[in-house]
Amino acid sequence: MAYKVQLDIFEGPLDLLLHLVRENQVNIYDIPIALITEQYLHYLDLMESFNLDVAGDYLVMAATLTYIKSKMLLPSPPDEGEEEEDPRRELVDRLLEYQEYREAMETFRERERDQMGVFSRGAPDEVHKMMEEEPEEEGLEEVSAFDLLKAFEKILAEIGATAPHVVQVDEMATAERLTYVLDRLGKAEGTTFSALFEGMAQRIEIVATFLAILELVRRKLVQVSQAKPQGTLYIRRSLENE
Amino acid sequence: MNELGRQSLKEVVETLLFVSDVPVRVKELVDVFAGMVEAKTVEEVLAEITGEYERRPLQVQKVAEGYRLASRPEYASWVKRYLKRASRATLSPSALESLAVVAYRQPVTRAEMEEIRGVDCTAVLRTLLDRRLIRVVGRRQVLGRPMVYGTTRIFLEHFGFNSLVDLPKLKELVPP
Repeated sequence: MAYKVQLDIFEGPLDLLLHLVRENQVNIYDIPIALITEQYLHYLDLMESFNLDVAGDYLVMAATLTYIKSKMLLPSPPDEGEEEEDPRRELVDRLLEYQEYREAMETFRERERDQMGVFSRGAPDEVHKMMEEEPEEEGLEEVSAFDLLKAFEKILAEIGATAPHVVQVDEMATAERLTYVLDRLGKAEGTTFSALFEGMAQRIEIVATFLAILELVRRKLVQVSQAKPQGTLYIRRSLENE
Repeated sequence: MNELGRQSLKEVVETLLFVSDVPVRVKELVDVFAGMVEAKTVEEVLAEITGEYERRPLQVQKVAEGYRLASRPEYASWVKRYLKRASRATLSPSALESLAVVAYRQPVTRAEMEEIRGVDCTAVLRTLLDRRLIRVVGRRQVLGRPMVYGTTRIFLEHFGFNSLVDLPKLKELVPP
C-alpha cells in the first residue's frame, strides 16, 4: 500500500537553501558549500522517504549545488590572466534577490493581516478560496511542516537505537492512525508531539502515525504550535472545525 | 444645481462615498460636478471629511488611488459575528510570494517569476488571475511573445495600498 502525500514544506529550493543558511548561521557571501549541499540532499532524501513529491526544481538545484561543490574542490589553474570567479557567485546573487522578495512577502502578509479587520462596502472577498485561517492565539508561533519533519526524525533516531529488528508484514492503515491520534488528543487540551509516539517501537507504526498527523494538519483538524523556535511542539484539535 | 456651496459639496461627496462600493477617485467626483468644482477643492473637501471621521466609528481610507468608507479594526469581531464568518481568508505563502514578485517586477513574464522564485509558477499564476489580484497587461516582444503580468486595483485594495508608488522599497526591507 503506497501513500502519496503532497506537501509544501518549502516554497522551493531557494527557500530551503535560505533556511539552511540561516539555520547554520553562516555568511551568505561565504557559504560552506559542502556542508549546505550535504544538508540539502539530506532533506531531499527525507522528503522522498515519506513519498513526498520532490519536484524537479529541487533536483535541478541539487545538481547545481553538487556542480559548485566539485568546482570548488578543483584547484584553479595557476596562471590565468583574470582572477577566476567564485563558483558560488551566481547562486549567492539569486539567493540575495530571492531574500528581498521574501522580505517583501512578509510586509505584504502584515498589511494583509491589518486589512483583514477592515470592512468596507462591496469589499472584494473573492480571495477566500486560498484560505488559511489566521492563527488566533497570542504567544504561540506557527510551526512549519519542516519542524514536524525534524521532530519526527528525532523520534525515529531514538527508537532506532533500541528497537529490535523484527521482520514482519504489518500494514498499519493511516486511517486507523487518524482515529488513534484524534482519540489521544481528546476534546480539549491536546498533548506534545513526542507524547503521541510514546510506547511505539515499530518503525511502520511511527511512520503511519506521522503520516496521520500530516494528514490531519492538511485537513486543518489539528493545530501544531510551539512557544519558541526549537521549543516543544504542541498538538491539539483545531478550535473551529468547518 | 449651479451654485454649490462648500457645505453642500461636502455633504454630496460624503453621500457618494457612502453609496460607492469601490474606492471613489477624485477625477470621478470632478466629473460628477461637471466643471463646477476643481480637483483641488474636491481634495480639500475629502481631507475635511477624513478628519471629521476621525471622531467616528467609521473611517475614510485612502486606498487604490481613491477614497472609501470602511470600518475600524476595533470592531472586526462584531462585523465577523454579523457576517457569520470566523476569519477572513488570507493568501497562501506561495501566492503572497508570487504577488510580491509581480508587484515589484511588473510587467513580468512567467519565466522571469520562475527564475526569481526557483519554482514552477503555472498554478499560482492561475489562482492569482482567478482572484483578479493580477492580470495580463500585454506581451513581451521577444521570441514566443510571452504574456506579461501586472497587479490590479483589487491587489491594492486587498493590502490597503494607495498606489504602487506606496510599496515599500525592496532594498530597505532587507535587514543589513
